[in-house]
Amino acid sequence: MSSALLAVLHRDLLLALRQRGDVLNVLMFFVVVVTMVPLGVGPEINVLRTIGAGVVWVAALLASIVSLPRLFSQDHADGALEQMLLSGQPATIIVIGKVLSHWLVTGAPITLAAIPIAVMFDLRFEPGRTLIAALALGTPALSLIGAVGAALTLGLRGGGVLVTLLVLPLTVPILIFGAGAVDATAGGLSAAPNLLLLAGLSLGSAALAPWAIAAALRISLE
Amino acid sequence: MLQATGLSCTRGHRCLFAGLDLELAAGQCLHVAGNNGAGKTSLLRILAGLLLPTEGTVRWKGAEIRQAREEFGSDLAFVGHLNGVKDDLTALENLCFAAALRSGDASAAAALAALERVGLADHADVVARHLSQGQKRRVALARLCTTAAAALWILDEPFNALDSSAVATLHGLIEQQLAAGGMVLLTAHQSVQLPGDTRRLELGASAGAGGAAETGDPDAWAAA
Repeated sequence: MSSALLAVLHRDLLLALRQRGDVLNVLMFFVVVVTMVPLGVGPEINVLRTIGAGVVWVAALLASIVSLPRLFSQDHADGALEQMLLSGQPATIIVIGKVLSHWLVTGAPITLAAIPIAVMFDLRFEPGRTLIAALALGTPALSLIGAVGAALTLGLRGGGVLVTLLVLPLTVPILIFGAGAVDATAGGLSAAPNLLLLAGLSLGSAALAPWAIAAALRISLE
Repeated sequence: MLQATGLSCTRGHRCLFAGLDLELAAGQCLHVAGNNGAGKTSLLRILAGLLLPTEGTVRWKGAEIRQAREEFGSDLAFVGHLNGVKDDLTALENLCFAAALRSGDASAAAALAALERVGLADHADVVARHLSQGQKRRVALARLCTTAAAALWILDEPFNALDSSAVATLHGLIEQQLAAGGMVLLTAHQSVQLPGDTRRLELGASAGAGGAAETGDPDAWAAA
């Protein structure tokens, strides 16, 4: 069972390495969206400091939505998905492997890219550190919830817009607690409640989402 | 033993087949024939558990396949219309992954032997994107060699895009599988000379001008 998980993880990371462009595009999308905001609202340092965390989180949400088609659509189109689901391994294990590798090539780089971006928005050390921690705890939930939407809209016409409409409302709690954690730190309060809630959301979706994703994939293969 | 009872399939508003019973025992081969749109692929996807039949059940070794997905899956090798070969991986990597996923022998040597069998050994390190359609098909068929433990092969148009030497290789593989007590279920447009205990199931044979409903009753069976 764990060998199947490792096999899927190895395969998807190898594919991501071969398709570096796709992976880098998502990261560049994140960086570009975040960079546009100071150009739009002006260089007023206090304004930037206030909106910094919110902007980073919205950009991270959008970047994770943009990256969702990568997750299943290629495997669906070339028949690799049906081969995996017929392999006799539990579908949830395969799904966990795919979502984990998706997070490693989207959520994790976005978390790291947020370090220079925190400096750009002049977040102090404490709020900056909280932002990184919040992203690290919250982005797994984005990948998991996004994967449910990606699996449900697999093979549909106009699935790209539909997945945005399906997934974005579900990620609202992550956005609120993620940005709230940074605000709390900046206001001199403890970020722990927000961070714990984010971790809870990620763990909760890790426990529930794989079943939903596996069921949605089976339906979309019919 | 693969056992299907009372299968019917409706796609759109058209009934492809109804009340279809079939049974496949060790060492037997079933050739599903029929015109385009007769429901051959749908039948194979139902028997592989990818498609839910409108009615009826499919059992593998007595257990319904939807209840015993893992046992059924590890006994099954499926080659569908789509090859399931990743364009960005080499032929060798494709095979190694397929074997590793099935917790089989994922060593490069085993995969190389399988490629040798289908005549692709000198293309092992070529990224599948640069292989021709027929060569990709061969990679998909090489999976049949690496998943040697699979008792049931379901092959949808396996002869498509293959040249004559690959057709001969595939015949050899099927013969070997049947001799080892495996089962093979396949569709093919070409008239193929299949070895041993081969039966033929004609889908849509009784279709009238309306073509609304067909049956696969035992009368439609004929020895190959």
